[in-house]
Amino acid sequence: MSNRLSHYFKSLMLGELLQGMAVTMRYFVKAKYTMQYPEEKIPKSNRFRGLHALRRYANGEERCIACKLCEAVCPALAITIDSDMREDGSRRTTRYDIDLFKCIYCGFCEESCPVDSIVETDIHEYHFENRGEHIVNKQQLLAIGDRYEEHIAAARALDAPYR
Amino acid sequence: MIDMLREFFLGFGPIGLLIWTVIKVLAIVMPVILGVAFYVLYERKVIGWMHSRHGPQYLGRVFGVGWIQTFADVLKLLLKEIVRPSRAHGFLFYLAPLLAMAPALAAWAVVPFDDGLVLADINAGLLYVLVMTSMGVYGIIIAGWASNSKYAFLGAMRSAAQVISYEIAMGFALVGVLVAAGSLNLSTIVLGQQGPAGLLNWYWLPLLPLFVIFFISGVAETNRAPFDVAEGESEIVAGFHVEYSGAAFAIFFLAEYANMILVCFLTAILFTGGWLSPFPEAVPVLGVDGWWWLLLKVLFYMFVFLWFRATFPRYRYDQIMRLGWKIFIPITIVWILVAAMMVHFGLLTQMDA
Repeated sequence: MSNRLSHYFKSLMLGELLQGMAVTMRYFVKAKYTMQYPEEKIPKSNRFRGLHALRRYANGEERCIACKLCEAVCPALAITIDSDMREDGSRRTTRYDIDLFKCIYCGFCEESCPVDSIVETDIHEYHFENRGEHIVNKQQLLAIGDRYEEHIAAARALDAPYR
Repeated sequence: MIDMLREFFLGFGPIGLLIWTVIKVLAIVMPVILGVAFYVLYERKVIGWMHSRHGPQYLGRVFGVGWIQTFADVLKLLLKEIVRPSRAHGFLFYLAPLLAMAPALAAWAVVPFDDGLVLADINAGLLYVLVMTSMGVYGIIIAGWASNSKYAFLGAMRSAAQVISYEIAMGFALVGVLVAAGSLNLSTIVLGQQGPAGLLNWYWLPLLPLFVIFFISGVAETNRAPFDVAEGESEIVAGFHVEYSGAAFAIFFLAEYANMILVCFLTAILFTGGWLSPFPEAVPVLGVDGWWWLLLKVLFYMFVFLWFRATFPRYRYDQIMRLGWKIFIPITIVWILVAAMMVHFGLLTQMDA
């Protein structure tokens, strides 16, 4: 009987409701977690796997030797390579296409590359405006590599002790 | 100033009277509509903050508040097509939003904003407010019926039953105020709460249960969370206004929010002293009465509405009915008796009507 009375009393005092409101009030004044994306960015790991690039040696020679290990290891079959002999007799790729819609950004191509040619940069803000642009060819990949070479090299150097 | 304007317009004869009336109507309705627009923004910001989000902040950014957002939403709604379901009742389908909005706006006529600042200072103001808030449910019922949709019909039925149930508790809570004040005129009720002790003289203290019940019933009356089974988006899509789009939907929206603000005003006026200052008259500056106190109180109650929405899950339908009939009504009846006793033994003094 007294139990029931105290139960009635408690529910009439709205104690639990006020408790719940206290919780929401705490969240009301709490700092928000939202990252204001274009203005603020979350720091990225130097191992971040984003858009691909083909690198060159310091003397300007492209690294890729058309061994096709990346093509073989690619689980999504996103890489297509054709190779031929260049005028100087070395084996080079005549075609190096990556289908970015197929790519799952696993990083196996980078792992498999014996000359550190194909790499995944930490660029993740890119888009396509027309059908077909998702297939990037050798020229585009080399251009990305040229443009971000310093950045790429710095990220590799940071990760080198753990490889 | 106002008298001069009045004389000026009445000088033109019947047409002047018409213009003067329209001006008076607009003077109330425009602030209410603007208030609704800003209340939507207020709601989105407050609920966002309670969800650890930011809410709208980009359109017309002022201190992280995107105040143009609601106006953009209104514009979008007004430009959209009003789709009428082919089996819906033609006339009633379009009449329903108007029936929902008209009483919601008409009720504002008797709300006193300051001492003497009221459009229609009628003696039975409280009755008029009760009537107008009850009329709004017709819009909802007709909307639900005329849409010829299961969900709309279910929503309308729920809303009708709920509003009628809570009307009684709300009415009894008002009877308590009437007993305490001895008047139906809203201005007189506010003046009845005047006293040397500031906020301790207001009716919320002697009528505390009625105050709480009135506010909660007001939440239920306006079909707001946690009593929003009439909309119940997880159960019946959007309830009575499923089939409405564009401007017709905007009008329902306007009516709902205007009603919410009205309930906030009524709570402030009936229980927490309207435009009276919460501080004793002896306190300089802060002790001065004025419309700003009413505004502050109303902003607080509006906040509590949103606070409820962010905190409580929706009541089950039978629980709503139980709360209304088996808890609120008995408590209010008992407390009317208590209030009558307080008046009889001189603990509360009535205003001379």
